[in-house]
Amino acid sequence: MQLNVSGNQPLISTNNLSIGYNHPRQGKHILHSGINVKLEAGEFVCLLGPNGSGKSTLLQTLCGFIPMLGGEVFLGDRTISSISNRQMSLLVSVVLTERIVVSNMTVFDLVSLGRTPYTGFFGRMKHSDARKVQDALTAVGLEGFEERMITNISDGERQKVMIAKALVQETPLIVLDEPTAFLDLPSRIEIMHLLRKLAHERKKGILLSTHDLDLALQMADKIWLLAEGKDMETGTPEDLVLSNEFRRFFEREGILFDNNTGQFTVGKQQVKTIRLIGKGIEYKWVSRALARRGFAASDEPFSGFKVEIKSDGHREYLLTGPSGKTHKLRSIEDLLARIDHEEASFLTD
Amino acid sequence: MQKILSTYLSGRQITFFWLAILFLLSFSLFLLNLVFGSVGIPVEEILEILVGKGSDNESWRLIVLKSRLPQTTTAILAGAGLAVGGLQMQTLFRNPLAGPSILGISSGAGLGVAIVLLFAGKIGGIALSHLGWAGHLSVAMAAFAGASLVLALVLVLSRHLRDNAMLLILGIMVGYAASALIGILKFYSMKEDVHAYVIWGLGSFSTVSWSQMWVLFPVVLLGLLGAFFLVKPLNVMLLGEQYAGNLGVNIRLSRLLIILCTGLLTASITAFCGPIAFLGLAVPHLTKGLFRTSDHKVLLPAVILSGMAVALFSNLIARLPGFDGALPINAVTSIIGAPVVISVILRRRNLRIPGI
Repeated sequence: MQLNVSGNQPLISTNNLSIGYNHPRQGKHILHSGINVKLEAGEFVCLLGPNGSGKSTLLQTLCGFIPMLGGEVFLGDRTISSISNRQMSLLVSVVLTERIVVSNMTVFDLVSLGRTPYTGFFGRMKHSDARKVQDALTAVGLEGFEERMITNISDGERQKVMIAKALVQETPLIVLDEPTAFLDLPSRIEIMHLLRKLAHERKKGILLSTHDLDLALQMADKIWLLAEGKDMETGTPEDLVLSNEFRRFFEREGILFDNNTGQFTVGKQQVKTIRLIGKGIEYKWVSRALARRGFAASDEPFSGFKVEIKSDGHREYLLTGPSGKTHKLRSIEDLLARIDHEEASFLTD
Repeated sequence: MQKILSTYLSGRQITFFWLAILFLLSFSLFLLNLVFGSVGIPVEEILEILVGKGSDNESWRLIVLKSRLPQTTTAILAGAGLAVGGLQMQTLFRNPLAGPSILGISSGAGLGVAIVLLFAGKIGGIALSHLGWAGHLSVAMAAFAGASLVLALVLVLSRHLRDNAMLLILGIMVGYAASALIGILKFYSMKEDVHAYVIWGLGSFSTVSWSQMWVLFPVVLLGLLGAFFLVKPLNVMLLGEQYAGNLGVNIRLSRLLIILCTGLLTASITAFCGPIAFLGLAVPHLTKGLFRTSDHKVLLPAVILSGMAVALFSNLIARLPGFDGALPINAVTSIIGAPVVISVILRRRNLRIPGI
C-alpha cells in the first residue's frame, strides 16, 4: 500500500488526540489529551518526557497497537481507524525496548522476519528478499553477522538488528520505543547517529522516545516534550531551549536545566565563591569539579580561596587558602582534598 | 559433529542431512518395533505379512497385524502429534517449559476418564477395566469429551485475553482444578477403579485397535497438516505479540488456530494413549539443539520425525524381552528422556540465557 503524502501532507499528524487506557470496568483513563503533533518524511524526532508521562502510550497509539480515546490520528491523508492491521504493517515498523531473546535464531533469520508482510503463505524468502536483508544489515553496519546467533551478540548489536528488521519492512515511518534504554553510552550515540542518517538519507520519518536528553538535543530535528498535566510542546531543540520550554518542563526541586550548557544541574543551597585563574580546557574542568563542592568560580580579587592553574609544561594547581599559604598540587583530586583540609582547619581556628 | 559437518556442507545441506538421518532412524525403529516382542517371529515372515502375502503361521500374522502394527502406528502418531503440540506451545508462550499439556487439556482428559472409571464403578457396579474393548472405547470417549470441554473453555476465554501469559496461567489453573476434582473422585472410589485410573495415567500405545485408529489417525493427521499452515505466524510469534502484530499477523486468529491445532492433537492422543509425559516438552528441545534454527519451516518436519523416533524408541524399550508384559510408557519416556534433555541443556554454551 502506498501512502499518499503528496502535497504538504505530513507522514503522521494528530488532531486533538487523547491517549490512555480503556479499562474494562473503571472506564477510560486518559493520560493526555489535546495532542496536536506532526511528523514529516525525512524527519528525526525525539519524544522526551519523564517516566509515566505516557510516552509509550502515545507511541503505541500512533502505531495502532492500542485504541485512541479521542481525536484523530492521520497517516498521510488517511485516518488510522480506516487502516487495517495488515496495511499498517506496510506503513509503520516498530522497535521496542524489550530484549528479544530467542535461542537458535540467527541475525539473518530475525531480520528476515521483517519481510513477513511481503512474503507468501509459508513465509518463504525470495532472492530479492534475501538481498534486501543483506542491504539492511550493511546499512546498520552489521555485515558478516548473518549467521551469528542473536543470543551471542551485544545489546547494541541486537538493537541494530531490530533496526535492520524495521528497514526491510520498507515502511515510510519507523517508531522506536526507548531503543537505547539498555545500552552503554557509545552504543547510544551510535544508534542515534544511525537513525538520524537513515531519516535524512532514506527520507524516512523516524520517531523515538528516549531519556537521553543531551543526545536528543544534539541530534533531533524536532523534539516532542510530554509531561503529565502540561500541554505537549514540540519544536526544534534550539527553539525549545530559547523559549525556556525545556527549563519549565524539567522543573523539579533542586534540578535545573541550564540554558547555557544544555545540561541539567543540581542546584546547591549555599554558594561559596572561589577565585579561579586559568584558561582553556583545564579551566572548564576545574570549575566543574569545584562546582560539585559547592564553589562558584569567580574573578573577584579575593574570596577566601584562590586557585591558579599552570597549564604550560606539566599541569599544576596552585592553591592559596585563607591562611595565605600556597600549595602546589598535581591533580584535581589532590586539589579538592586540600581544599577540604584547609576549610576544616580554617573553621577550627 | 556439527563442526565436522559444517566444513563439508552448507547450512541447508546440514538440515537435509539431519532430516534424512532422522527419517532413517524412525524407519529402522519402526521395523524394530515390529520385529521385537515377547514372541519371536523371523524378520522375513514379518515382511511377508506386511506386504500382505500372509504367513503359514496364522498366530504370527495376528500378532503382527492386530497387535504390533497398530501399537507401532499409535506410537508414531502420538510421538509426532505431541512433539508438534509442544513446539507450538513453546513458541506461542515463548516459554521453554511449555508443553502440549500446558493448556490443561490433558487434565481435562484425565477428569473425563476419572468420572467414567470411578463413577461407573460406583453407580453401575461394573469395573470398566473388565469390559475389554468396549471399556477402552468408553474411556477414550470420556477422555476426549473432557479434553474437548477444556479446549472449548480455553478457546472461548482466549478471545477475551489480551495476553498470552494470562492464557498460560489459565491453563495451569484449569489443570489444578481438574486434579483436585480427580483427587476427590479417587478418595471416594473403590480400589480397583482407582487402580484402573492409575493404569490409564501411566499411558500406553497398545490400547488402540484398528477400529479406533480410524478416529485417531485422521484427527492427528489433520492437526499435523494444520501445523504446517501455521508456520508463518509461528515464526513471527517468536518475537512476541507486539512485533508480530506490527508485522501484519492477525494475532487473535493465529493464537486461536494454534491452540485449536495443539488442542486437537493433545485431546485425541491423550484420549487413546493416556497422558504421555515428557515427549511434547522434550522433543522440541532436542530438535532445536540438533538443527540450530528457530525457523518452523525446518523445525516442524524435524520435530515430527524426532517425535516419531523417540516414541518408537520408548515403545521398544518398554517391550524389551526382560520387561515381561511391557513397562508403562510414561516411565520409559521420562526415565530415558530426562537425562537426555539435561545433557542437551548443559552442553549449550549460553546457559544463562532463558529462551526457547
